[in-house]
Amino acid sequence: MIRKIILYSLLVVAAISFIYPFYWMIVASLTPESQIGDFTLLPSEITFSNYLMMFKKIPIWKSLINSLFVAGTSTFGVIVFGSMIGYALAKLKFKGRDLLFFVIIFTMTLPFQITLIPNYILMVKFQWVDTFKALIVPALNSAFAIIMFRQAFKSIPNDLIDAARVDGCGEGRIIFQVLWPNIIPTIITVAILTFMASWNDVLWPLIVIRDENLMTMPQLVTLFAVGGRSDAQLGVRLASAVLLALPIIIAYAIFQKHFIKSMVSSGLKG
Amino acid sequence: MKKKGFKNRIFPYLMISPYLLHLTMFILFPVVFSLILTFHKWNIISSPEFVGIDNFVRLFQDRLFWKALLNTIIFLLVHIPLQIGVALFLAYLLNKKIFISGFFRAAFFLPVVISGVVVTMLWQQLYAYDSGLLNKILINIGTGKVGWLSNQNLAMTSIAIMATWKNVGLYVILFLIGLQTVPQMYYEAADVEGASSWQKFRHITLPAINPTIFMVTILSTLGGFSLFIEPYIMTGGGPLNSTLSAMLYIYKQAFEYYHMGYSATLGVFFAMLIMLVVVIQKYTIEKDD
Repeated sequence: MIRKIILYSLLVVAAISFIYPFYWMIVASLTPESQIGDFTLLPSEITFSNYLMMFKKIPIWKSLINSLFVAGTSTFGVIVFGSMIGYALAKLKFKGRDLLFFVIIFTMTLPFQITLIPNYILMVKFQWVDTFKALIVPALNSAFAIIMFRQAFKSIPNDLIDAARVDGCGEGRIIFQVLWPNIIPTIITVAILTFMASWNDVLWPLIVIRDENLMTMPQLVTLFAVGGRSDAQLGVRLASAVLLALPIIIAYAIFQKHFIKSMVSSGLKG
Repeated sequence: MKKKGFKNRIFPYLMISPYLLHLTMFILFPVVFSLILTFHKWNIISSPEFVGIDNFVRLFQDRLFWKALLNTIIFLLVHIPLQIGVALFLAYLLNKKIFISGFFRAAFFLPVVISGVVVTMLWQQLYAYDSGLLNKILINIGTGKVGWLSNQNLAMTSIAIMATWKNVGLYVILFLIGLQTVPQMYYEAADVEGASSWQKFRHITLPAINPTIFMVTILSTLGGFSLFIEPYIMTGGGPLNSTLSAMLYIYKQAFEYYHMGYSATLGVFFAMLIMLVVVIQKYTIEKDD
């Protein structure tokens, strides 16, 4: 019995240490500046002035739309292209297939530090700096997604594909109409991981986007946090952080199991 | 049976062509270009100037490069053991028959899904010297204030602790999966033999979670060398460059000073170092198995 109590107390303390800071941040963003920093459960006084101030200073809603657009488009591209390449690797025979697979594995182990600077120079030469192209096009393919789709397609029996071919389906229809419904868990996993990676990326947007109206949400919030425009006002900065966290917290609250499953599967592959 | 026509032979290549184009443009070409850049001095506006191995000579004489490397090592030395220890401990607790274990798992996992920007801004406040929550707790306990981010000997450790808090939830679940692969009868058999807790851990549990330890080590190493947004927001690399990370230094060289050739050299060097470290870790951990 005592062991049980100790066990549960440890778990509860751990859970609080992971959840409470976020709760504190939300409360602090709703608290007048002078009272922030106290160790509280409920604010003595609620104010939205931090949020109103932030809306006036930075185009946060615009950045939310930008982030949704960039992450959505990249995710869609990664799923479509990843399915095509994964299908070719799993079910089609062609010369160089094993070499291609090897190259894809190799790119997964290649640290991004080596390609970062040349990719920036490419963006400059393409005149893609300060366009969404710079954020979306380099993100349209992912070695990880290709490997995931290849594995998923491999587990589907060839009979299904042959039957579809007999019925006169083209390869495109085979992938997107016949096979996709069979690999929905893989699609969800790839979608969550790609969307999250794009949504959370700050380094690349910092490098290629300078126009405030084109900035992604984490980028805008980062620059707001480090720049002078928040006038060192903690509440205003925390308000921007809360808005940045909120979409993911809501999505996580609803699709929690999918999130955990996806990220664990990415860990297991890594 | 089916005739392999021209269309059938060409078709696979059509399907992989978008990837090949993308691969060439954004990975293969940049790798080659990066290597070429290491022999040049270039501010991106004027034309590049060939300087031979000057960039490498400079790298070995660059105090800040060594500082960034040392900082990364400090980060890894704190982060990896802490991450493995905490994750293993929490996984061990969750592996008992726990009521609402799903809730605990979800709670531990929350920081994993939330943007590093949010986590960093939050912890910057927790770590604040005068108004920070941690120092307020310490004052209540009776110890003095701690300069979490302002003490140059502590700042990198503080960032490593924060990184552990953010990532550990993922590894709790990975360790839990590892622990659950061990059949309960092994422990029962060990009990019959009179094995100590340590012996049980060393000979039954550890072999089962060894792959997970390897994975945590590799992922944390990659994370350490990619550490960027945390020092960028919290400290800007200070105080006295004590939180200057490898990635932050590459970024500063490229986008604050426009030293494209030298930053590419840093990038190539760190990339090769990462691959080397990962190979060594893989080798030692597998040998240990």
